[in-house]
Amino acid sequence: MPKVLMKGNEAIGEAAIRAGCLNYFAYPITPQSEVAEYLVRRMPEVGGVFLQGESEVAVGYMLFGAAGAGARVFTTSSSPGISLMSEAISYIAGAQCPAVFVNIVRGGPGLGGILPSQGDYFQATKGIGHGDCRMLVMAPASVQEAVEMVMKAFPLAEKYRNPVMVLGDGLIGQMMEPVEFPDHLKSEPTNKDAWSTNGMDHRNSKKRNIVKSLFLDPALLNDNNLQLKAKYDQMRSDEVMFEAYNTDSEYKGLVVSFGTMSRVCRTAIDLMKADGIEIAMIRPKTLFPFPEKAVADASKKPTCTHIISVEMNMGQMVEDVDLSVKGHLPVSWYGKCGGEIPTPEEIIDVVKSRIA
Amino acid sequence: MGKTFKRPEALTETDTHYCPGCTHGIIHRLVAETIDELGILGKTVGIAPVGCAVLAYNYFNCDFQEAAHGRAPAMATGIKRVRPDLMVFTYQGDGDLASIGMGEIIHAANRGEKFTTIFVNNAIYGMTGGQMAPTTMPDQRTTTSPFGRNVEDVGMPIKVAELLAALQTPAYITRQTVIKPKYINKAKKAIKQAFTYQLEKKCFSLVEVVSTCPTNWGMTPLDAIEWTEKTLLEYYKLGDYKIPA
Ligand SMILES: Cc1ncc(C[n+]2csc(CCOP(=O)(O)OP(=O)(O)O)c2C)c(N)n1
Ligand code: SF4
Repeated sequence: MPKVLMKGNEAIGEAAIRAGCLNYFAYPITPQSEVAEYLVRRMPEVGGVFLQGESEVAVGYMLFGAAGAGARVFTTSSSPGISLMSEAISYIAGAQCPAVFVNIVRGGPGLGGILPSQGDYFQATKGIGHGDCRMLVMAPASVQEAVEMVMKAFPLAEKYRNPVMVLGDGLIGQMMEPVEFPDHLKSEPTNKDAWSTNGMDHRNSKKRNIVKSLFLDPALLNDNNLQLKAKYDQMRSDEVMFEAYNTDSEYKGLVVSFGTMSRVCRTAIDLMKADGIEIAMIRPKTLFPFPEKAVADASKKPTCTHIISVEMNMGQMVEDVDLSVKGHLPVSWYGKCGGEIPTPEEIIDVVKSRIA
Repeated sequence: MGKTFKRPEALTETDTHYCPGCTHGIIHRLVAETIDELGILGKTVGIAPVGCAVLAYNYFNCDFQEAAHGRAPAMATGIKRVRPDLMVFTYQGDGDLASIGMGEIIHAANRGEKFTTIFVNNAIYGMTGGQMAPTTMPDQRTTTSPFGRNVEDVGMPIKVAELLAALQTPAYITRQTVIKPKYINKAKKAIKQAFTYQLEKKCFSLVEVVSTCPTNWGMTPLDAIEWTEKTLLEYYKLGDYKIPA
């Protein structure tokens, strides 16, 4: 397929359709309302479902209902909206249903601001809902990657019967870039007869299916949560994605950065290389599971003296970097938030001063 | 003579956990009879609330989803939108529907979502041990209104059927009760009518059923029936509040 120039938010909507997801529920919020504005026209063309819910709380449960009934379904929102969906995400994880959430992150806490941010790292990777639940989280660094991650999200959600999130900072949604919709990522819906409430007649069975997260018997709840843990452990071993940049060099410092921020870091690394200073980068593409081993291995380069987590927030991923490095080298954070994005020059100054 | 009374196919053989004198069981039975009579068991999905009926999925023989507190109408919306051929009903208490879930029910009704809601109004929070509900009567004592509901402080009880009937979107909205056989027959007809409107893809339908909670009202089952008739039915008038054209 030829490349087309598209705004990130519209490309995300189109990617979901190309992945075979024809059901979209959402509530407007900047900076991602263009997804809904795109899909309200596009869904009828493909015989799909579009509904603007009355709140993100309701939208979360529209997803739960639809996913429970066996449909492939997704929503898009931004930070405060995701907070409202977090109850539903916990229920969906507990009831082991697949659903895809896209968070085009804006600044917080509270109403915060509407400019790009990575302030929802903790929420997405550690605190998405009450109880022992987690989500697989992917973080694109370009519109092309957003398309690919959205298309991968559906089969992953169905494989694990668990919510999957694509976490893009506001820039991913707002910028225009050339994209290509890959055919090889098209995924077939899986057979959901074993668990979904798709109707006994539909699956030619006399056995009813129950979709629920309630287990009053402590042994059964423990069992359910062990099943969830086994899935999260499998994600850790099978689904980690990252990019290593300039790690073949004899680098003095290691940068860890994701999303739009990693693109600025890449420019800074190229500029320093031209100046004779070698710096490497690990860019997590999955935030959960976090590429712990990649960061740990990269930190063991004998020439490396310091590891810096560069983020568009006040220091969140740095805790996972710290856990990965396990104290054998100093780990620090640099970042800005509220829509301010560190420039390559700032990053160069910071890196130089810390590896000195 | 053959069998004249049997367990509906739509009910499992499980004993319910409802207290003696509680009318949840009768309402379950009326819904199950309706499912049988319409022959829709194989395409019905029920949604259980958070409340005393949280385990409804153990008692009905069809597919079921368990909602979060108040969110059943949003889940029903999700199911109906992606699978309009399924018959979907929510079964909700007054705390679930009229307090925490008020937003979801109003918007689902206003969009004219084609599912059916069985709204069990027992004027109290049963499951959590008898706290005040939005439907609790003036001066009614509950654990969080120990001196009686003070309407100066917390307002008057909400009349859900009247409130939803005020929406402009066509719907079937009715209030019934099941405290005596004469009421049960009417309630059964209303529930069947509600499901029939859904089957015909006609409109949203809601049957409010004025119900009892002898345990948390601190009454015997017989006193509870009498109190319902004298007090609740005076305020919550039975009848159809909206019928689609
Ligand atoms: C979000 C949330 N808040 C509170 C509760 C606790 N809770 C469980 S049932 C219930 C009230 C149920 O009352 P009602 O809907 O009237 O149903 P009944 O038990 O009387 O049938 C409450 C407050 C909960 N489970 N979830
Ligand atoms: S507590 Fe009340 S509503 Fe709940 S089962 Fe007992 S009588 Fe019924």
